[in-house]
Amino acid sequence: MSSSTASAPGRGGTSPAPSSTPASATAPRAATVKGSRLAFWVFVTPFLVGLVLFTVVPIVWSTGLSFFEARGTLTPTRFVGLGNYTHFLTDDAFTNSLGTFFVYALFIVPVTMAVSLGLAVLVNGLPRFQAFYRSALFLPVACSYVVGSLVWKLALFSGLPSGVANSALGVFGIPPVSWLGSSPYWWIVLISVRLWLQVGFYVVLFLAGLQRIPPVLYEAAMLDGISAGFRRFRYITWPQLRPTVAAVLLLLLVAAFQAFDEFLNLVPTNPSTRPPLVYLYNVALGAQRDFGLGSAGALILTTIMVVVALLQTRFFGFSAAEDRNGTSRRRRGGVQA
Amino acid sequence: MSTAQLSRTAPRAAGTGRRQAARTGANAARYAAVTLVALLFLLPFYLMVKTAVSPTTDIAGQTFVLWPSDPDWSSFSRVLQDPTFPRALLNSAVMAVVLTGGQIALAAMAGYAMARIPNRAARPLFSATIVVLLIPAATTFLPNFLIVARLGWVDSLRGLIIPGLFSAFNVFLFRQFFLNFPRELEEAGRLDGLGYFGVFRRIVVPNTLAFASALTVLGFVGSWNAFLWPLVVAGGGSGAVTVQVYLSSFLTAQTFDYSGLFAAALLSLVPVLLVFLVLQRWLVRGVAETGMGGG
Repeated sequence: MSSSTASAPGRGGTSPAPSSTPASATAPRAATVKGSRLAFWVFVTPFLVGLVLFTVVPIVWSTGLSFFEARGTLTPTRFVGLGNYTHFLTDDAFTNSLGTFFVYALFIVPVTMAVSLGLAVLVNGLPRFQAFYRSALFLPVACSYVVGSLVWKLALFSGLPSGVANSALGVFGIPPVSWLGSSPYWWIVLISVRLWLQVGFYVVLFLAGLQRIPPVLYEAAMLDGISAGFRRFRYITWPQLRPTVAAVLLLLLVAAFQAFDEFLNLVPTNPSTRPPLVYLYNVALGAQRDFGLGSAGALILTTIMVVVALLQTRFFGFSAAEDRNGTSRRRRGGVQA
Repeated sequence: MSTAQLSRTAPRAAGTGRRQAARTGANAARYAAVTLVALLFLLPFYLMVKTAVSPTTDIAGQTFVLWPSDPDWSSFSRVLQDPTFPRALLNSAVMAVVLTGGQIALAAMAGYAMARIPNRAARPLFSATIVVLLIPAATTFLPNFLIVARLGWVDSLRGLIIPGLFSAFNVFLFRQFFLNFPRELEEAGRLDGLGYFGVFRRIVVPNTLAFASALTVLGFVGSWNAFLWPLVVAGGGSGAVTVQVYLSSFLTAQTFDYSGLFAAALLSLVPVLLVFLVLQRWLVRGVAETGMGGG
């Protein structure tokens, strides 16, 4: 088994290649091919039915509904053509929500990237207790965004003088701040809570990437006089990590665009901190329950996400997907060994 | 992992005395920095415990109290006696277990068929899976809600669970996994007279457990912590409120029972923390190898 798994990474992962079956296997194959059609459909049908019922049908139905007026009812009341689309796209609240996303992504994406990469390099360089530190950094991943919001709102960044942040400011004689009440401050709360919740996850991703770098490269660099520090990072670690960085960038952007939980829990009624998904939620399931307008919005946001994902894979030469294949192929050896 | 790292650094340690001293200094700085960050990361957990046992006067007070002079642990039993909270815990548990198990089983079967059972439909089906993969579940909550409402599943466990059972991403991962599954094993089974189902049950499944465990742990954590879909399906009623929706309802409404709310938050962490402690190996592996999970 180990020999076959060792050869696995060498095989092109793209083709299922039934033709590559050795000739000696044709005799038993001929016997089993009889049942293959039945077996295929028995295995695939449950998933397929679910996919049609809970992905295709909803999207098709929603597309239909998006051309109608449908407020608080599932049955369309009046045909409005593209009215819902133009209404959604020209609404200031929507353009503002896109602006909110850009500002938010501008901070959360590079900061998460830098902090998690920095911590991964730091932990990876430790001679001992790596597993302990990795666990400590990973622990917040166990918490939901709701629990994170709870701690941030009521304990860490509570507007009361007894809150942790306000007590720290008090040491320097600065009066307490109402953290969720005014502009630059709520961004500190929103960005730090997500940072705490997601950094550990990306540290683990980067650690896996770092540990895939062949030690030979570092040894060769030593011979060239690059022993440690920034140059080693710049010329070996960073280029070797590029596929991981590309994948993390995509994951972070997608996650930022879909930001919802902490915004709804921390600043539920604040129109100036409303990312696209929260805005869509307000339109579709808020007081109005405007299913027609919401359907148009859902399709618009979904299209944006799909386009971003496709652009990203094109930009990075499909490196995100290839990295995934690469890691999943490599894993096989590890799991079965 | 760490042993490889050790052996990598070991030969270097045999440098000159001065370099060794510099290395020790650098290591001390590294440990200091990473310990500081780790403490910062653990700070919110301490705050949760502290607030759960603090009287309201401490929280509303003028100064930060490091630890209450008279910690009151009764907040934990108090929230457990509130009937809606245990109910929410149970709903979350049922949802997380059924959703995770079902997702894995369905995806393993479909992924196996697409990778290993010769059929002309395999390639188009896989292409369709990739297309679905690009559609984020978050932005389609309204279309899904429309279907669930039509079926009359709003405010029920069915509505919470069934639409999420079909994970294109898991199918993708399982297909990639099975493409590299050793053919010799399956062929040995065929020679023993097993059909497709026998090979799958007796040979493929037992050899997939390690891979499936990593996905299971990630899936459990993800569905236990899910918020948007449970809010959409069960947020308005009381039939299928999950732990996250329960906590959120107290957070967005004004609440004054801080210790009770933090006790509930801590209790909501217990299942996930148990999974973390017991199955951390699988969890880390799952994250590192699939890049899945998170917010």
